[in-house]
Amino acid sequence: MTEMTAVSGLGHRVDADEARARVRKRYRAEARFKAYGIGAIAFAALFLVVLLADIVTKALPAFTTTHLVIEVPVTAESVDPDGSRQAASLARGDYLKPLREVYQGFFPEVSGRAPRRELNGLLSSGAADELRAEVMADPSLIGRTVKTRALVSDDADLYYKGVVTDVVEEQGEAVATPSATSGDVVVTTATPAFADDLAEIKSELSETARKRRFEVDRIRTLREGILSDKPSAELALREARGGGDATRITIAQNALAKIDSDSQSLQAQMETLAGEAADFEARFKDSGGAEKLDEKLPSRLLAINGGIVKITSLAADRVEGVTLTPLKSQDAAQPNAWKLLTYETPENSRRVNDQQIAWLETLKAKGVVETGLNWGFLTSGDSREAEQAGILGALVGSIFTMAVTLVICLPIGVGAAIYLEEFAPKNRWTDIIEININNLAAVPSIVYGLLGLAVFLNFFGMPRSSAVVGGFVLALLVLPTIIIASRAALKAVPPSIREAALGVGASHQQAVFHHTLPLAMPGIMTGTIIGMAHALGETAPLLLIGMVAFIVDVPTSFTSATTALPVQIYLWSDLPEVAFQAKTSAAILVLLFFLFVMNGLAIVLRKRFERRW
Amino acid sequence: MDATATAARPKPTASATLPAGDPKIVAKDVNVYYAEKHALKDVSLDIPERAVMAFIGPSGCGKSTFLRCINRMNDTIASCRVVGSIKIDEQDIYDPSLDVVQLRARVGMVFQKPNPFPKSIYENIAYGPRIHGLARSKAELDEIVEQALRKASLWNEVKDRLQDTGTGLSGGQQQRLCIARAIAVSPEVILMDEPCSALDPIATAKIEELIDELRQNFTIVIVTHSMQQAARVSQRTAFFHLGVIVETGPTERIFTSPNDKRTQDYITGRFG
Amino acid sequence: MAMTDHIVSSFDADLQTLGDKLAEMGGLCEKLVGESIEALLRRDIPLAKRVIEWDRSIDRLQHEIEENGILTIAKRAPVAIDLREVVAALRIANDLERIGDLAKNIAKRVVALEGQFQPPKLAGGVAHIADLTLAQLKEVLDAYTQRDERRAMEVWKRDGDIDALYNSLFRELLTYMMEDPRNIGFCAHLLFCAKNIERIGDHATNVAETVYYLVHGEAVTDERPKGDLASAAVSFD
Repeated sequence: MTEMTAVSGLGHRVDADEARARVRKRYRAEARFKAYGIGAIAFAALFLVVLLADIVTKALPAFTTTHLVIEVPVTAESVDPDGSRQAASLARGDYLKPLREVYQGFFPEVSGRAPRRELNGLLSSGAADELRAEVMADPSLIGRTVKTRALVSDDADLYYKGVVTDVVEEQGEAVATPSATSGDVVVTTATPAFADDLAEIKSELSETARKRRFEVDRIRTLREGILSDKPSAELALREARGGGDATRITIAQNALAKIDSDSQSLQAQMETLAGEAADFEARFKDSGGAEKLDEKLPSRLLAINGGIVKITSLAADRVEGVTLTPLKSQDAAQPNAWKLLTYETPENSRRVNDQQIAWLETLKAKGVVETGLNWGFLTSGDSREAEQAGILGALVGSIFTMAVTLVICLPIGVGAAIYLEEFAPKNRWTDIIEININNLAAVPSIVYGLLGLAVFLNFFGMPRSSAVVGGFVLALLVLPTIIIASRAALKAVPPSIREAALGVGASHQQAVFHHTLPLAMPGIMTGTIIGMAHALGETAPLLLIGMVAFIVDVPTSFTSATTALPVQIYLWSDLPEVAFQAKTSAAILVLLFFLFVMNGLAIVLRKRFERRW
Repeated sequence: MDATATAARPKPTASATLPAGDPKIVAKDVNVYYAEKHALKDVSLDIPERAVMAFIGPSGCGKSTFLRCINRMNDTIASCRVVGSIKIDEQDIYDPSLDVVQLRARVGMVFQKPNPFPKSIYENIAYGPRIHGLARSKAELDEIVEQALRKASLWNEVKDRLQDTGTGLSGGQQQRLCIARAIAVSPEVILMDEPCSALDPIATAKIEELIDELRQNFTIVIVTHSMQQAARVSQRTAFFHLGVIVETGPTERIFTSPNDKRTQDYITGRFG
Repeated sequence: MAMTDHIVSSFDADLQTLGDKLAEMGGLCEKLVGESIEALLRRDIPLAKRVIEWDRSIDRLQHEIEENGILTIAKRAPVAIDLREVVAALRIANDLERIGDLAKNIAKRVVALEGQFQPPKLAGGVAHIADLTLAQLKEVLDAYTQRDERRAMEVWKRDGDIDALYNSLFRELLTYMMEDPRNIGFCAHLLFCAKNIERIGDHATNVAETVYYLVHGEAVTDERPKGDLASAAVSFD
């Protein structure tokens, strides 16, 4: 900053210091403004990053899925009931049974209906679908042994991804000797290998006891609060009795009774919890001895000699338990040849119990478990079974719906804009139309859903929940936006171009379509992008026209029942299975990707049309 | 001519360069209204064929308005109303049965600010002939484009880059492109609304040279603010003031000894 | 001349300068012609010498007017009346400069005539033509100042009278020369002086034509009345 003595218009001399101070102030104001701008952008970017990171991390489990690779002998009796090897017959064949037989062959010790059902529960109901597809494609496979991939159930899949519970593995440090190979087993170790675990369990107990005590205190406070209302309730009752009004008396009596019952139940809860706490504390204090493990505590399993033992009681140098899978021998296992597995989530808090975990671990040890990219997510339709649910139906539905929307609203919207801007006479009527179009752009989207329901479904009788109706409704939603944006784009074309075209002898229509419209294309494309992006994410109107139904099939035509991506996301987010949470996030990612692709396409088109004038 | 001559008054000299023959455009009692504003009052004028006629006058005097009446560009302005008769080759151009589009192909226009289409140079020229169906094949169209560019003295400068965009040329070249575009549809009349006002002197000189060549084949009407340009370029001049024509006559006479004091005051810069 | 001013006032100033200089030059011219005739009639040598000096101012003024005129054309690109003003000023300055030269020549002859015998009768003829010519000059300069083309055309027509006077003076001088050879020297000088005076008259008529052009914008096309028969073959009988 150079020294300057300015001379103001009236010839007064301005102090150099003042001038400098003003310049500094201006610089500071500019720097502040820049900081605000950068801050705002950073703020928005931060939210974006956090949002995306959240969605991506939640969606990660949905990207992979687990299969068992099994060799299944395909016999003609089961898969080809008619013996004709025709598609109709093959389709009716039972593929699951041979698959299950091989699968159950891995665990010959499992018998009885309930355990068998638990075992089969680890396979998906659609486990044999790939086998069926392979055989139907190539009937010459009948009579041979086919290596196929069997989908596991959603819970098993979640277990393998570590979502069900955290697993802590410890290599065994001492020599461990089991007492039997199946049934109740006692494993002893030469040195106290389980001392740490015992201490851990004890501290867990203490922690749990502390939590119980905390609960007790909380309930006590609650109870005292309720009891403090008792005197006023008794007073109210006396007054009511004094007043003689029967209703008031009943009300007051009920209130008093409620206070009494509430305090009693709370008292009971307190006593139970206090008892549990005392129990835990007692066990904690007893530092020696064995600890009984129950389903409220994290499970502990011993993997030894090829089998898995569920620990029911743990002492420093011996554990008692029951085998979940049989041991191969009773030989002593060397250090590091056996492991202690701790499952942090207690058994009663998870859907996969310890026996199932044992089976899953055994399958993994056998090497039949294969985790790979979940292509099924993109190739299958919706399903009640979480592991089989895919996005394809909703994706195709969205594509069809968007296509219908685009085909309807782009020509109509651009045509209306051209007419209103270029050809319509400027009078009261066109002003009214313009006001109404602006208003329609602000109408809540659910109103369009109601309109669609009343007019398209009830009056015209169009097929419910179809892409056609969805497209029509969304087109109505998007039309005002496109008209407004297109009009603005047309207005922005300099009139000199139109005059030049007219001067050469073009008619008004030729001038508009050959010159004004191509120059307005970038603006029109922008309006279309905004409109289509808006329509892609709209859920409310689609719900009202019935797209909320559970559709399994991928839609084949514009009139078949379908669902759309946002609706699918809404449906999945409501379902209880844990696996659906990851799928919801993955569907959101698919929606976002679809959006980016659409936007990218429109930007490419816009750049191609862009001309400088 | 003024009637204040004495008996011995010497004869006036005649203007030598005005072509003989019927006027191309005859305007009679033309009145133009913009809503309530009476912009042109009882304008009557003859525009000779194959010559340059200049309209001069201060801002807002109506010369551009009258120019735009000749090719009915005022039709695009909603509040504009034209009363009176303008005949080109004895055909009333405000006759309701006349196709305005055809009229505008016969009467071309070049605007004040060069406004080439944002397309290639070739496309700029080819657009007019194409929509009027003047070429039956691509070769014919190429021929038309080349001829137009040659007549506009632009061919040598752009013949290697016909596919380049028209807006990439310099201002003077763009204006010549616009002139070529107007010529390409083979008009009979070319209207020019202050064509050089946005150009530098060299570009202006080139355009004036071009106008001089063009007037052998076209009737040209030019509106200009520059007295010198009107004097250099035109054979007949009309002076407009406040919506009326004050004086019309051969350019040489207007600029050496005009009849009307208002004309003299305007061209000598005494207006005020 | 009730012209409104130019919007650019310096244009008016330029034209005013031209007019002022021309007025000065005209006044000087009149004086010069008058004094030179006076010197001739009175045989006043010192006066004649002064006249020869004064011609230089006229030349200087002519150069200035030419320069200003050219500059005005370059700067202002004048049209119509303004153009005619400038062109008229240039032309008139030219004519006035020639008039000055002719007056100077007369004065030179006066110096050359020193000591020569002069018949008194001759002075009358010369005085007459000189008066007429001087009157023409005065009249045409007034006409220019007033932009009065009628007065200018009167001057234009009277040029014939001057030519007629010159013819008769020419014959008279011839007679004197034939009468007495001792007169030849003096009469020859007088002949040249008379011719110069007649030429001054012609230049005054030029100015009149310029004034007409200035006012009307067209040149005078009629034939100037030419009465000068002396240039045709002279018959000596």
